Amino acid sequence: MNTIIYTSVLGFFCMIAEIFNFRKLIVPVLVLGLAVIFGLNLNDWNSNQAFFNNMVKVDNFSVAFGGLAIFVTLLVFILSTDFYAEDQNHLSDYMSILTFVLVGALMMFSYANLTMLFLGIETLSIALYVMAGSKRFDVRSNEAGFKYFLMGSFASCFLLFGIALIYGSTGTFDIAKITEYTIQNQQNISPLFYTGMVMVVFAMLFKVSAAPFHFWAPDVYEGSPALVTAYMSTLVKIAAFGAFYKLMSATFFYTSWKAEIILNAAAILTLAVGNLMALAQTNFKRLLAYSGISHAGYLMLIIISAKNQPAGALFYYSLAYSLSTLAAFAIAIPIFKAAGSEEISAFNGLAKKKPLAAAAMSMAMLGLAGIPPFAGFLGKYYIFTEALQSGFFYTTLTAIFASMIGVYYYFKVILAMYGKPANEVEMGNSFNYNLVLWLCIALSLFFGLYPAPILNIF
Amino acid sequence: MLSLTLLFIPLAASLLLLFSRGGLSRNLALVLTLVQLGFTAYAYTVFNAEGAVPFDFLRNWSAKPFINVHFSMDGMSLLMVILTNLLLPLIVLSGYNREIERPHIFYSLMLFMQFALNGVFIAFDGFIYYIFWELALIPIYFISFNWGGQNRTQVTLKFFIYTLAGSLLMLFAFLFLYNGTPTHSLDWAVLISNKACACNQTWLFWLFFIAFAIKIPIVPFHTWQPDTYKTAPTQGTMLLSGIMLKMGTYSLIRWLIPVVPEGVKEWQYIAIGLSVAGIVYASIIAIMQSDLKRLLAYSSIAHVGLISAGIFAMNLTGMQGSLIQMFAHGINVVGLFFCADIIFNRTQNPNVEGLGGIRLVAPKFATWFMVIILGSVALPLTNGFVGEFMLLFGVYEYNTWLSVFAGLTIILGAVYMLRMYQKVVLGEPIMENMVFPDLYWNEKVVLISIGILIFFFGIFPNTIIELTEPFLKTITK
Repeated sequence: MNTIIYTSVLGFFCMIAEIFNFRKLIVPVLVLGLAVIFGLNLNDWNSNQAFFNNMVKVDNFSVAFGGLAIFVTLLVFILSTDFYAEDQNHLSDYMSILTFVLVGALMMFSYANLTMLFLGIETLSIALYVMAGSKRFDVRSNEAGFKYFLMGSFASCFLLFGIALIYGSTGTFDIAKITEYTIQNQQNISPLFYTGMVMVVFAMLFKVSAAPFHFWAPDVYEGSPALVTAYMSTLVKIAAFGAFYKLMSATFFYTSWKAEIILNAAAILTLAVGNLMALAQTNFKRLLAYSGISHAGYLMLIIISAKNQPAGALFYYSLAYSLSTLAAFAIAIPIFKAAGSEEISAFNGLAKKKPLAAAAMSMAMLGLAGIPPFAGFLGKYYIFTEALQSGFFYTTLTAIFASMIGVYYYFKVILAMYGKPANEVEMGNSFNYNLVLWLCIALSLFFGLYPAPILNIF
Repeated sequence: MLSLTLLFIPLAASLLLLFSRGGLSRNLALVLTLVQLGFTAYAYTVFNAEGAVPFDFLRNWSAKPFINVHFSMDGMSLLMVILTNLLLPLIVLSGYNREIERPHIFYSLMLFMQFALNGVFIAFDGFIYYIFWELALIPIYFISFNWGGQNRTQVTLKFFIYTLAGSLLMLFAFLFLYNGTPTHSLDWAVLISNKACACNQTWLFWLFFIAFAIKIPIVPFHTWQPDTYKTAPTQGTMLLSGIMLKMGTYSLIRWLIPVVPEGVKEWQYIAIGLSVAGIVYASIIAIMQSDLKRLLAYSSIAHVGLISAGIFAMNLTGMQGSLIQMFAHGINVVGLFFCADIIFNRTQNPNVEGLGGIRLVAPKFATWFMVIILGSVALPLTNGFVGEFMLLFGVYEYNTWLSVFAGLTIILGAVYMLRMYQKVVLGEPIMENMVFPDLYWNEKVVLISIGILIFFFGIFPNTIIELTEPFLKTITK
């Protein structure tokens, strides 16, 4: 609970900093503040408190995922100093909005009540609608913001309507009580409840960008400023999956076998669409968008096996995925800036100009493709064991085939760096980008080789 | 702890090499691979004296999912470790008078590959084994890609995706086993004592079989191989054909047959049929080939076809023969590709046609090339003979007619090998390749060592049999 409050305070500080002309201090204060909040957050480990009549519940799940979210935000903020170096006028707006995205994410990890879930999702989404369109004079950014807003609010309507229907059939918003209701009335649950649940699930599938609700993702990822894309593909994805998992592991959806069919179909479809569509992409951000969709497909395997409580797998995979993705963006952003293009061809011949950066990018791509010894591999392994244990044989097999396809498009980037003749792009050296890059790669390797401290935290 | 040292030396060496430059890299690489070879010799004496105990290393890595790090050693593993560490110095030395760009990275990748290969052969836990199996793929991909020839982008990508696809199927098989065993252990000893239920074994068999068949390669899964061998730099081809291919045949004996015995019995006839069909098919294509490296690639498919046929015959003779032949083929094929490289390097002619008369200008080269070819066509007293004889006998015990077809390998092998030798080395000299300096010192060292090994294991095959027989008896009992 403290985490949410302090983070909000930090967000307000950014807004006010503009008035007092503290602009230079914003990023340092934010980074420091987040580091402190990260520590405070860990302090809540094993405390298991409930707040506001059981609206918010701080447990190990929320602490762990909150910690991950804060960490990712911290890294993104470190990148932001250079990213917004030429746009100092709006810095305080950007940073405060980005901070509020984190607030929304933290609420989504610690909700114990469906209204709180809705609040969290809306806080996160509205802030993101703004950020997606934050390059005002760029048509694509405007398109991204508008598209995201239209489709996102439509999904929110579904969510809200679903919650209302659930309330109508159970008489409560409280998740624990809804679970109780489904257990007690196993034989005669009203169809209203199922209708509501399906709507909630559809809304969540939209938020995690799972097929067939994924259409917004590539356009929004491509149009948004690169830093916001990085933020979206890491923090927002983790937040959405954390909330989705929490909802599903409350077991109340599992009172019907039809639920499994819906989720399995969504998982298989997501894996297929994400990987097959990624094959044809030439734009790096679109490629990462589709890769994000395919990773959503792997994470869907955790959602379908939520009955077994595989929160550890979700956490480990989210961590591995965000580390690799952030590393990729930490190289891609300066290159995009130098090349003025976001195509994969911007990477051509990077190995000759910057062998270290190319090596790091290869490691990030191998991590995303799930090749040992990077954390991405063990994450996949863990997910597959969980899904098989829950008996989803064919879905796991699909995921295996999907990983095969995945290798091809991640290697496109590697091939561009090592195989193509060098382009004219001159990129500078930035301490911040390098810091984030090597930190992510090092952690990805470290957790891949020594996963014990993270793997079994729950 | 000995097994950790076996892994540590090449890993540390590969990191160390990153900081070297130019000529120092290759010297350092040679010294470090020789150190590893020396340590392997020490390991061999320890194994003979004390058995597997000093090699055992078992630690828990993660509680959920349950994963142990388990390294150990037995006769077969030791044989493959010896093969790997014996060939590496030769492979490094064979590149001594070639121009290699950024040699420090090249040799670093090569030693990393050695690390991964050692790991594959001494891993006794499925998960760890899988990790090393994948790790071996990454350096060879970059070696072939960065230092390769024409069309390297497409060819190496096909190679990578093809083999990775196989690996993922194997991963699925391991996941299957992980859930199938009550203790969730992938330890080799647990897996072979706790047979997975018969209903799953068809699945398990095919998942494992395709993974290994791609790596070996057994015939319908071989299409990546000739192109990759052709495109990769010669040292990469040596690594691929000499050692990496043995990962597949080794894994058949280590993982497929003991872990999925029922599945293997059920599908044995298809597996052995494919292997034998591959022998005939690849031999015929090899006869038609005019490109030297591709010819050797197809001959390699034919040889490993016989090896896998012997393994799937599932009797002691066949398996013993396959191990001897794996060892022999590793040595011979490295020699053959080296000879092909020497020819290409001096004449810039990749084809068999348009060459001739090398014997007149380079008699020493011609002699040692002949020795290696004789080993490869299985002349008695060379290392190829013992293995092939036992393999054919093993297949004969399974089915007479199959062994007749498998026996074609000897005839057809002689046809394409000797015809090639005749065209390239004998015959009338053609003016343009008269500038053909005889062997340089490093080439001499490599070819003579290979020649000695060919005769040594042809005359004393017992050294291999004594090493591996106790293990094979537990498998085929």
